[in-house]
Order: sequence, then structure tokens, then C-alpha cells
Amino acid sequence: MSIGSIARRRVLVTGLSTFWGGRVALALERDPTVEVIIGLDTEDPTVELERTEYVRADQSYSILNRLVRATQVDTILHTFLVVDSTRSRGRALHEGNVIGTMNLLAAAGATGSSVRNLVVKSSTVVYGASHRDPATFGEDMARTSPARTGLERSLLEVEGSLADFTADNPHVDVSLLRFANVLGPESTTSLSRLLDLPAVPAVAGFDPLLQFVEEHDVVRAILHVMDTGASGTFNVAGEGRLPWSECAALCGRRTLPVLPAFATERLLGPLARFTELPAEVLSLLRYGRGVDTSRLRATGFRYTCTSAGAVDAHARAARLRLTLGQVAGYRWEPDVEAFFRTSPSVVRDEP
Amino acid sequence: MVAGTLTTVPERPVAEGEPATAKAKAEVASADDGERGGALVRVGSQAPAVAPLLDPRLSDVDAWGRSERARALLRLLYDPIYSSWFRVEWEGLDKIPTTGGALLVANHAAAIPSDAPVIMHGIETELKRPVYALADFLFRRLPVVGTIWNRAGGVTAHPDNAYRLLRQEHQLVLVFPEGTKGTAKTFDTRYRLRRFGRGGFVEAAMRAGVPVIPIAVVGAEESMPTLWRSTTLAKVLGLPYFPITANMLLLGPVLGLLGYFPAKFKLRVLDPVTFDVPPDQERYSKSRVMDEAEAIRIAIQDELHDMLRDRQSVWRG
Repeated sequence: MSIGSIARRRVLVTGLSTFWGGRVALALERDPTVEVIIGLDTEDPTVELERTEYVRADQSYSILNRLVRATQVDTILHTFLVVDSTRSRGRALHEGNVIGTMNLLAAAGATGSSVRNLVVKSSTVVYGASHRDPATFGEDMARTSPARTGLERSLLEVEGSLADFTADNPHVDVSLLRFANVLGPESTTSLSRLLDLPAVPAVAGFDPLLQFVEEHDVVRAILHVMDTGASGTFNVAGEGRLPWSECAALCGRRTLPVLPAFATERLLGPLARFTELPAEVLSLLRYGRGVDTSRLRATGFRYTCTSAGAVDAHARAARLRLTLGQVAGYRWEPDVEAFFRTSPSVVRDEP
Repeated sequence: MVAGTLTTVPERPVAEGEPATAKAKAEVASADDGERGGALVRVGSQAPAVAPLLDPRLSDVDAWGRSERARALLRLLYDPIYSSWFRVEWEGLDKIPTTGGALLVANHAAAIPSDAPVIMHGIETELKRPVYALADFLFRRLPVVGTIWNRAGGVTAHPDNAYRLLRQEHQLVLVFPEGTKGTAKTFDTRYRLRRFGRGGFVEAAMRAGVPVIPIAVVGAEESMPTLWRSTTLAKVLGLPYFPITANMLLLGPVLGLLGYFPAKFKLRVLDPVTFDVPPDQERYSKSRVMDEAEAIRIAIQDELHDMLRDRQSVWRG
């Protein structure tokens, strides 16, 4: 699809205040072919946005339906899904992931909907991590063990309802992106927190192979499938896999086998809330996971980082943080934002 | 390394996040496809060859978990056992190709299999090419042992692993189709081949378009003979079998797990079996697969009989 032949796009970003929603919106703002950017979230944005319109709303059906109809968006970037159960759990996780997506899909598929492109950010956590796994998961392969955690179940449910949506709406380009564990200069994940500890916890006797995607490649992949209209399911992960011990070594640390080798999940499961080691991370630290990324490459996507490069990017940023301390982030002030966007005193470059 | 990182990792995230405008399209056309150091050349790739991405690896562990450095160390440690203890002798090693994928299939024996290390060590030292061994997923659950096994070239026996190793990476892959049925058998049934699984190895070779190379192994059975199996203990420990071996009776329960008897090892490589079927098929005729699997099983069994007829002594060969 050539850029010139299509009208300027109108994009809805869900989860604007999440790490990914904010970065995707920032990137969209730089694209002149994107006319309207609407960001949806229940919390204030965490990045400085210029022309993205922020709607404080939850993902209830009535609001989403009105919003999609009123704004006539043609593209929805669903970056809201929680893929790390240290962020949200239990009922809240289910409401956000499963019910939120269900409402969004219902609104996008309503009669007369203008939506033609839907991109969903999911995670390779849907494949699980088990001793029965193949070394490399292709997009069409099923997990080998039943989902045990609420997070995995909720993501599988989301993917199920997305498959239904795809079947019911053949005129919409639906792309489901399954991202490997993210590392990068700014993102914080359960694995990045482990790598920041003075000694990196490991399951005794195990040194699993892990695959990572660098945070910039995450945003680039979302925009890539949006621009090319590539539809289908895609794994997104940097080239290569590396043992957990090597990840620690790249961060200038050593692994410490403090997690018990047997009954790890059973012993640490109840402590997950305190240790920030949810069950899906424990099984990952035991068996690891690798995914086939050839399908996304075939659509023309090129990574800027390998798996080891992503770990290195995290390590370099961590060293900087060690010296400078945590730099205070951006704070959304509604009055200030309103002034900059609407005041006649502000000189704007009209396109 | 620092400068290299700065050139590939943008300082500002958003600068790279620009969508596929003309600039991004040009980037797609010129960007490299992320292969490391040209080790894996993807045939038919449209992207022109440009500098590979920065990949600050510290170890040489590959995507399968195998490490050549770990292998080299293990070879050094294992060589005295190979040449002085088991005094391994090969026949027909020239039938194993020096390039291209092939599926090596052998009979399996000894409570803690002694045949896999012997075959891997022999081929790696003689042919100077790596061997990946497919093993029961049980190995992956074992702490320490599972990790060492993985670094030494052990991979879970999953059809997809076999396909990728053989078809995409053109490697030598070793498999024991008898699986734990072979190593669990007691001493009175030695050298009587068990069922060759469900013929999955033939299907894997057909799909990958590679030959099956049968190997007959004599000596492994006597290196650690199982006298008796405890089903109760196996159930309690969650193992496929729990053997009481002659080694355990002589050396005690712990040392008996490691101390093999110095049986003389003789290995004979049989003629490669090729299948006249197109690769990459979703399905292959089950009867054809079973016929081929049975033929290979019989070929190894016959060869074993032949080798045992010629054997003068278990210890001296």
C-alpha cells in the first residue's frame, strides 16, 4: 500500500498512559500522514504529547462505541494489554485485558464502523515455558502445557476473541504482535528488575535461553504493521538467544542460584506479590523460550537490535542511572496542556 | 563496543519510531537482516549484504543451547574414557557425510545411557562437525545435569526441533528411537531392540529431506546392566524407570550411577537410507513410515547379531 494513495489516517491508541501507548503516540505525532491521534486511558499520559488528544475513559463498551463512531478512526492500536502480572492481577487484570479487549472489538466491529486496521500488542508469554516445549515457537504452534496463571489465561482469551473478530470482519486488517521479553534503556519489566539487583536471582541448576526485543523495535514493529497493513500473527523478538547467566554478565553481574530447583512455583507462588517473581517468570527462568521471527521479517521489518543488543542497551542505561539517579519523568498538567493546545498566544507551525 | 552501540541504538527512541515513510522504506531496502557474522546465510534473501547488527555476546551458546567451548572441555575430559576405558572402535565412519543434514539412528542401552556420549564424541573428533542429540524432555527438568546436557548438544526430542536442525541448519542429529524403552530393559533382554517409537524419526527425516544413517552399537549394554527395575521408586521419583544396576551393587548407589564397566565398544555405521519422497509435506503415509522404520530396526538388529557372533569377549571385543 503506498502512502500517497490513502487518506490521512485517524488513529486510536488504547492505553495511552502505559509505557508503550505513550511511545507509540509520540512516534505517530511525527508522521504527517497521521491526521488524528486519540489516546484512551484512565490515567494521565506519562510522555509529553503535542497533538495527541487524551480521553480519560475506561474501556467500557458504551464509551468505546461512541468514541469510535464520533471520531471515525480507521486504525486502532491496542497497546493496553498487561503482559506482566506484577503490574496487575486478579480481577483488575481480567477486566483490563479480557473485558477491555472484548469491548474494544465490539466497538470496532459495530455496524458502520470505520475501523480498517487493528493492531494488538500481545506477548510470547502465551506460549508458556515448559520442559515439553520446542526450542523455537512458530506463530501457529500451540503451547505444550495448559495455562496456569491468570495472566496467561487472560492473554489466551484475548487472542481467542481476536480470532473471532478476524473471522467476522474480513475487511479489517488485524495484526497480532507477540513480543518477546522487552529490554531497553527506559522500560522496566520483571526481568529488567532482576537484572538490576546486585546479584541476579536464578533457579538453581538451570540456565535457560532467553530471547529479547529492544524497546525501540517494539514501537517500530507496531508502526510497521500499521503502515504495511500486514495482517496475521507475528512473533517479534531480536535475533539470537542467550543464557540467563550471560544476560547477567552483560549487565556486569553474576547469577545467584537462590530460587529452589524443585517445586519452584509451589514454594514461591504465594510469595509472588512480595518477590515480584510471578509464576510465568519462574517457569521462564527454568525453561526459557525461543520464537521464530521469520514471518515478520518476511514483511520487510528489520530489527535495530539483537537479543544480546537489547540486554546491552538495558545494561548501558542502568549504568547511567547508577551515576545520575532516577531522572524525574514528565507530569501531565491538564491546564498547561490546554493552554499549549488552544491558546491563541501560542505560535504554531501550521502544516 | 561503546561507539558501535551509539551508532546503532538511537539516543531518542522516537527518532527510530518513525513509520514507513519514504525514509523508512529506504531503510528497509538497505538494512541488514540481522544475521550474526554471516554464520547463517539465508538463501534467497533480498536484502543486500551490509554490516551485521551489533551483537555483544559473551558466550558461544547457540540457539539450541550448545556451546562449542563446553563441548571442547567435555571432549578433553571424556577422551580418556573414550579411548582407554571403552576403547571405542568404529567401522564405516566414512558413511557419515561431512556436510549437510543427516539423522543418525542407533540402538539404545545402559541404565544411564553410555552410547550417546560415545557416538557424539567419536563423530565430533573424527569428522570435526557438531552432533546434536535428541533426548527425552525429562532431561530438561533435571537441574545441573539438564543444563550440562544442553550445553553439550542435547536438545529436546520435539519434531519441530528435529526439522529445524536438519532442514534449516543442515546439522547431524542423533536419535535413539527406542527411547527409554531401550535403556530401561533388563540384562536378560540385551541387544533385543524395542519398538522404534511410532516411526517419528522416519517422518522427521522425510520432512527434512535428509538420509537416515543407522548405527549399531555393541558394548553399551554391558557397561551398565540393569538387573531389576523398581516401578514403585520410579513412580515416587517421577522417573520413567528406576534401575538397580550391577554397577550399583558393586560400587554403591551413588558411585554406581557414574562407574561404567569397561566393556569394549564397537560401533558400525550402516548404509544411509534415503526416502524417495518430497520434503516439507504436512503428512506422510503412515504405512510407508512404519515400513521404513521397521526396515531400519531390522537392519540394526541383524547387524548387532552379526557383530555379537564375531565378539570373543565382552571386555576385549
